[in-house]
Formats: sequence, structure tokens, C-alpha cells
Amino acid sequence: MPALEDYKGRPPAWCPGCGNFPILSAFANAMADLGLGPHQFTIVSGIGQAGKFPHYLKCNTFNGLHGRTLPVATGIKLANHDMHVFAVAGDGDCYGEGGNHLLHAIRRNINVKLFVHDNQVYGLTKGQASPTSMEGMVTKNQPAGALSGQLNPMALAVALDCSFAARAFAGDGERLKELVKAAVGHKGFALIDILQPCVTFNKVNTYQWYKERVYHIEPGYNPEDRIEAFKRALEWGDRIPIGIIYKNYRTTLDEKIPAIRKQPLIKQAFDRSMVEATLKEFY
Amino acid sequence: MDYSIKIGGEAGQGIQTIGDTLARVFSRSGYHVFTNQDYESRIRGGHNFYQIRFSDRPVMAPCEGIDIIVALDNASIMLHEKELSKSGLVIYDSATLKRNYEKQKFFDIPFAGLAVEHGGNRIMENTVATGAVLGMLGMDLKIFNEIIGEVFAKKGEGIIRANISSALSGYDYAVEKCPLCSFSPAPFSRPKMLVAGNDALGFGAIAAGCKFYSAYPMTPSTGIMSYITGKAEEYGIVVEQAEDEISAINMVLGASFAGVRAMTGTSGGGFALMVEGLSLAAMAEVPVVIALGQRPGPATGFPTRTEQGELLFSLYAAHGEFPRVVLAPGTPEQAFFLANKAFDLAEKYQIPVIILTDQYLADAQWTFDGFDPDRLSCTDYRVRGDVFRSLGEYKRFAFTGSGVSPLGVPGDAKHVVVVDSDEHDEEGHIVEDAGTRIKMVDKRLFRKLPLIKKEIAPPLFYGSKDPEIVIVGWGSLYGAMKEAVDALSKERNTAMLHFSEIYPFPLTDDFDYVSLLKAAKAAVCIEQNATGQFARLMRAETGYEFKAQIHRYDGRPFTVESLTGEINACIGRL
Ligand SMILES: Cc1ncc(C[n+]2csc(CCOP(=O)(O)OP(=O)(O)O)c2C)c(N)n1
Ligand code: SF4
Ligand SMILES: [Mg+2]
Repeated sequence: MPALEDYKGRPPAWCPGCGNFPILSAFANAMADLGLGPHQFTIVSGIGQAGKFPHYLKCNTFNGLHGRTLPVATGIKLANHDMHVFAVAGDGDCYGEGGNHLLHAIRRNINVKLFVHDNQVYGLTKGQASPTSMEGMVTKNQPAGALSGQLNPMALAVALDCSFAARAFAGDGERLKELVKAAVGHKGFALIDILQPCVTFNKVNTYQWYKERVYHIEPGYNPEDRIEAFKRALEWGDRIPIGIIYKNYRTTLDEKIPAIRKQPLIKQAFDRSMVEATLKEFY
Repeated sequence: MDYSIKIGGEAGQGIQTIGDTLARVFSRSGYHVFTNQDYESRIRGGHNFYQIRFSDRPVMAPCEGIDIIVALDNASIMLHEKELSKSGLVIYDSATLKRNYEKQKFFDIPFAGLAVEHGGNRIMENTVATGAVLGMLGMDLKIFNEIIGEVFAKKGEGIIRANISSALSGYDYAVEKCPLCSFSPAPFSRPKMLVAGNDALGFGAIAAGCKFYSAYPMTPSTGIMSYITGKAEEYGIVVEQAEDEISAINMVLGASFAGVRAMTGTSGGGFALMVEGLSLAAMAEVPVVIALGQRPGPATGFPTRTEQGELLFSLYAAHGEFPRVVLAPGTPEQAFFLANKAFDLAEKYQIPVIILTDQYLADAQWTFDGFDPDRLSCTDYRVRGDVFRSLGEYKRFAFTGSGVSPLGVPGDAKHVVVVDSDEHDEEGHIVEDAGTRIKMVDKRLFRKLPLIKKEIAPPLFYGSKDPEIVIVGWGSLYGAMKEAVDALSKERNTAMLHFSEIYPFPLTDDFDYVSLLKAAKAAVCIEQNATGQFARLMRAETGYEFKAQIHRYDGRPFTVESLTGEINACIGRL
């Protein structure tokens, strides 16, 4: 069994008190609990504060471009579906720059787990509004306040029939760890939108602000009821639900592709002797 | 003998079926065949044509002087009648065209009527037309009947028989009632393979061990995806149609990182969207092969036509400085083997390799005696399984003499594989320091580049050993150039240089092509673009400047005659 020490990476360059720290330890704890060694999973991350996440761990890492985590993760998973594949991105990265990929990853139901570190702001580029910034949030670049409406990732996920959609709060590491484990245990595309305080640039959605509002979804709630899930997804403001909002058991993309039904692509050696037979088809 | 047949009609009328069938009959009969297509960006209506040239000697470009026009619409006659050769004929069905052409060269055959009478359905009118062409040529129907059997195998005996008797009715009609026919095809020889550029490229990728293909449809590259899709289950390949080209290249990078050979294909507009991903491939040193099928731009341009306008774009696209390879096959055979080379170089040096084609090559079919599979190289450069497990330590970007670091397959060993789009250290983690930056650039670029340069073959030389005139070109112009050399050689010593491996620019160590150009009386650079991009590259790389250049940018391919004419005119002006 891997120990927590085994996941130790480079020293984080985040601001002291940043909401990314508790996410990092919750994730490492979840991996240790699941017994997944550093070489048994791959984290694909984007660019932003969240994008640095895998460097502060020890694991297979593809730290790619801003907004493009999901296509890379999809490629890895299709090539090797024995590998656990996580995509880690910021709210700007995933809901802004890479928004189109999110829609299609949900549609494909690729068996990848996506964690969005949702600090409702662009951290790395110093505090501009993001797609999840609350309307009216004033920033240096939005002096009159964010003018566009706030994107609701949970409602989007339920609307698109996302296989697994959950919301977590970085300030509640224990619950976050359990949600990560649940996502890994779920077969299908999983989105966990993690409310992550940015202590430097988001002076609206602070630890305190979230703490006053988040509540755990009650045990009797049925996340397989899509209508109820949609109602729950719409809750924002005074009360913000934390937990699994929605799930279904759709067939995953890799299960549908004939070429990889029996074995991961990576295990299928190329048989050069077939070339000769194919050549004959051109006559 | 050297015959050309043009089948013209609206999109959706089935000219492709007639063309494909005739081309297959000729290639299986042992003739050399060349076909090309001209189509509009629409699914129904408009005017399209399919041109077949076949001969008892090698043919590799369209030529002028059409011997048989199969007119499925009046536009075919209006537009192409003037292209008829001296003994050329037009066949058409006056009932369908609702017009009678009372001229000598016109030959009215009731395609539809005969189809109803002999096949029981008007749908077989194209089969009647195909039979009529074979009748005019006095060819045996045996091979044709074989092909019908194969094409309609799934549809059952009834359909096969109906098609065969329809064809025979057209055949007999032509033999009996066509007094002008004086074609004399050569006798049968060994069947030849008939292959289009896109299929050759797709098959070349498969034969190079490509396991993952992701793309977003865009003419003229879509055929590559279609070909590979058709073989996916048989060969164990995953083909994923991406939501856009940005996704396509990033998926390919993911699959390649995971340990399989991966490729994407697109045209200029889609390649523009892939550019950031191209840069990522370079930084993360993830092997990738990109097929770029050119068509006339800017923007959407001529979606279904041909141009060589993206040479410099393919060379300079993407931010940052890094090595890349650009290949530009001139024939389907070159496309097949260069696809193999592309995968080999991409993986050996962990770099992006771009294969430049264009609509003309993508859709054109050529005949060959065969491709020799022993010429394929299939080295697996990745570090996998036991070899990976046996390493004491592993650094994805370890500094080495060659600049090439071990390409480990994640998951195969306890070692983790870390890649990054930020500048990174040997382990793949983000760094900011100047020293590492310099060492990494040296590794990625300066150490690899001299090795990559050695891999690039010199241009292909053809023609007179002591040429007065040298014509120079690249990519899909190969066929027209070669035939032009043959034509021009009757009067003057002529030769050609054809570049199919364009970047890094070929060294002159083994073949000093620059001296050859300098020694010639005239050297003409021919390009299917408006500004002479290759000539500029040649000047930048070798200092040699072409005084004579031919640029064609109307979206249409050269015929042998038009190219020969332009070369003569060009030399005349010198
Ligand atoms: C194509 C591209 N555009 C813009 C940037 C600059 N950029 C880097 S991070 C970032 C936004 C980060 O915000 P988010 O994704 O929410 O991550 P956070 O830093 O908040 O974790 C931007 C715009 C980039 N790296 N690449
Ligand atoms: S800017 Fe915000 S998100 Fe980025 S490290 Fe600092 S606190 Fe964290
Ligand atoms: Mg953010």
C-alpha cells in the first residue's frame, strides 16, 4: 500500500492560505486510501494555479495547455483505459477557454475524473473575472463589476446528463476526499466542482463566505433523480449544497469502441504481417 | 495508346461510381491509370467531373484532348465539348438531357431506357453508360462483370445480374451503333494496384503502426479518417471524431503520451486551430504526425480545390522555436512510404512531423505494380515493459548527447512520467531558471537538429544527366513535372528536381543540387501558389535564387500540356 509520503512532490508555489492546499492533501489521502500508487494514475492539468497541482504531487503528469485538459485526458484514456486519468483545471481553464471540450467530454462519457478548482476568479493572471464569478464582482479589469451572468457548472452538468456531478468545498477536506473516492469508484465521466477560496484575489467568496452557506446534502437524497438533481443544482446564494448532486450509469466511451473492448489499445501490438493482405484490396 | 475519358454531371448523379468502376477495369486489365476529380462544395446539383487517363505506358497527370465524354448533364457538353480530341466522342442520353445534339461527334445512347428494359430499373443507367464506354473501347466485359460481383456482393444475385445485363445492353448498343469508334486498346497484362493519395496516406499510417487517429472533418483530409475508420476494428485502431481541431490534436498528444502512435489530419483552417497544440507537442516532446491537406485559402477559400499555399505556414506555424519535419509526397506511393517515415521520425526524435498534401493528390488515383512492405521501418523507440521496469531511475527529459531522452510509457513501471508545457527540468517539473532553460533549448533544438537533418533525403532527380533546363517543384506536382520532362526532352536536354522531404531543407552533401541548378541554362521553379513559397525557402536555405518561376493559383491542377506550354513560354522569356 502506498503511504502519503509516496505522493510528495515539489514545494507548492501557491500563496499561503490558498484553497488549493487542502485540495492537494485531500487528493493524496484519497489515492492512499484507494491504494493507487503514483504510477497507476495520470493527472492532466491545464494552466493556472490549479494547473500546477500535479507538480506538487508525485504521479504521471501531463501539464498541457490552458483549457485543453479534457482532450488530452480523453486521448490517454482511449489509449490506455487501465490507467486512472484525472483532469485538473481552474474555472477559467475549464469553463472558459476549454468550455467546448467540457460539453463533449460529458457527451462522450469518457471515464475521466475532472476536478475544477473553482475559485470564481482568474488567479494566475491576477484577479480578472472568470465564468463563475458572481455577477457584479468588481475586479481591476471589471471596474463596473462582472457584467455577464454566472455560469452554473452543476446545472450544466445535470442538463447534459453528466454521469457523475458533485460539488465540494476545499474547506471540508474530509468530505472532499470521500467525493474523490466516490468519483473514482463511479464508472463514467465525473465532474467535481470544488469551491476553492482564492485568498489573494477573490475578496467576495472567502472561506468565511462559503462556510456560512455550504451544507451537506442529506443522506436521504436520491442523486439518480434528474429533476430533483436539477433543483439542487440551481441552489446558490444563501445555501450551497455539497455532495453528489447527480449520477447515472451510462455506458462509457471506451466500452463502446469495438477495437478496445477486449484489451486496452496500448496492449495491442501492431501486426505487420496484415499489411500484405490489405495491399491486395487495391487491385 | 493514351486515352482520356471525362464523366461529367451534377453532384449526386453518380459520376464517381462510373469513374471508379472504369478506372478499376483498366487497372485490373493491366493499364497504367491516372484519375482526378473536380467537384464543387455541394452535395447535389452544380457541375462535377471525373477524368480518367489510361495508357500502356505510365501516366501520372491529366492531359488535354478527351476521347470520350460521358455527359450526364448539358453542362458537361457546354463546358467540355471543346476539350474533345480529334477522334473524340460525346455519349449522352437525349431523353434525360431533354436535348438532341445533331453533331457528328455526338452519340445518343438511351442509358435510362436500356436500364429499364434490361435491368428493370432506371437506377442502372450509369451501369449502361459504363458498359457503353467499354463497348466503344472494344474491351472485354469479363473484368467488369467481376467488379460488379464484388461491388454488389452484399445486395444479392438479382442486383448483380440486373447490373450485368444493363452493362451488356450499353456495350452492345455502342458496338452496333457507334460507327465512329476507332479506339484500339492494348492487350491485357498483369493487374496493377490503383490507389488514391488519401487512401495511401491512411494505409501508410496504419502500416506504420498508427493506433489512434483523431480529427474534425475538413476537405480534402477527411478521406484519411474515412480510410482508417474502415480498418479500425481489423487493425485495432481507435478513431475519434473530435469536437474541433484543437481537441483533435490534444487527444492525439494524450494518446501518444500514453504510449501509442497517433496522428491527426486537417486542412489549413483546422491546422490554424491546431497551432497551439503543435507548440505543445514540441515543448512536451510528444511525437505527433499531422497530415495537412492544402486547399486554396485564405479562410474557407475554395473548399474542394487544390493549392500549395501552406508550405511556409506549415514551416513557421506555432510559437516558440523547435525542430519539426515537413514532408510533401508527390504520388500515392510516396504518401504511403512518407507516412511511414513521418511516424518513424516523430517517435525517434520526439517531434511533430507534418505531411503536406493537397486536394489534387488526396483525390487522384494512380496505378503501381505494388508497394513493397519490406521497405517499411517499424522500430519501437518507446521505453516499455521490462526495459522500463529495469531502469534504476527515470527522467523524462534527461540530458543526453543526442538530445533525445527516454520516452517512457506511463504505467509500465513504478517510474512516473511527467511532461509539461512550461519550461521544465529533466524530470519534467516547472522551472524558471535561466541555466536550465538554455540547456533545455539546446537539448530540444540544437542537439537534435543535426541528426534530423541527416535523415532528410535529397530531392529526386529525373531526366538528362547534363540538363540545359531543370524544372523544380515539390509535393503533388511530381507527376505533371515528370511527364513535362519527357515531353520537353524531345527538343532539349531537360531534367527535374522534385522535393518530397522539404524541411529541414535537404543537405547538399550527397547530391549537390544547387550546383546542378547553377550549371543549367535555365531553372524554373513551379508551384501551385501565388507567391513562390518554395523558391523563397530555397533562397533562404541555400542562397540560390530562381530567375524563372511559374505560379498557378486558380485552384485547378496542371495538365501535362498546360505545364509544358508554360515552361516553354517561361524559357522563351528568359
Ligand atoms: C491560450 C492562453 N490564453 C491565456 C493564458 C493566460 N492564462 C494563464 S492562467 C489564466 C487564467 C487562470 O484562471 P483559472 O483557469 O481559473 O485558474 P486559477 O489560476 O484561478 O487556478 C490565463 C488567462 C494562457 N496561458 N494561455
Ligand atoms: S492567487 Fe489565489 S488561487 Fe492563486 S495561489 Fe494565490 S490564493 Fe491561490
Ligand atoms: Mg480560477
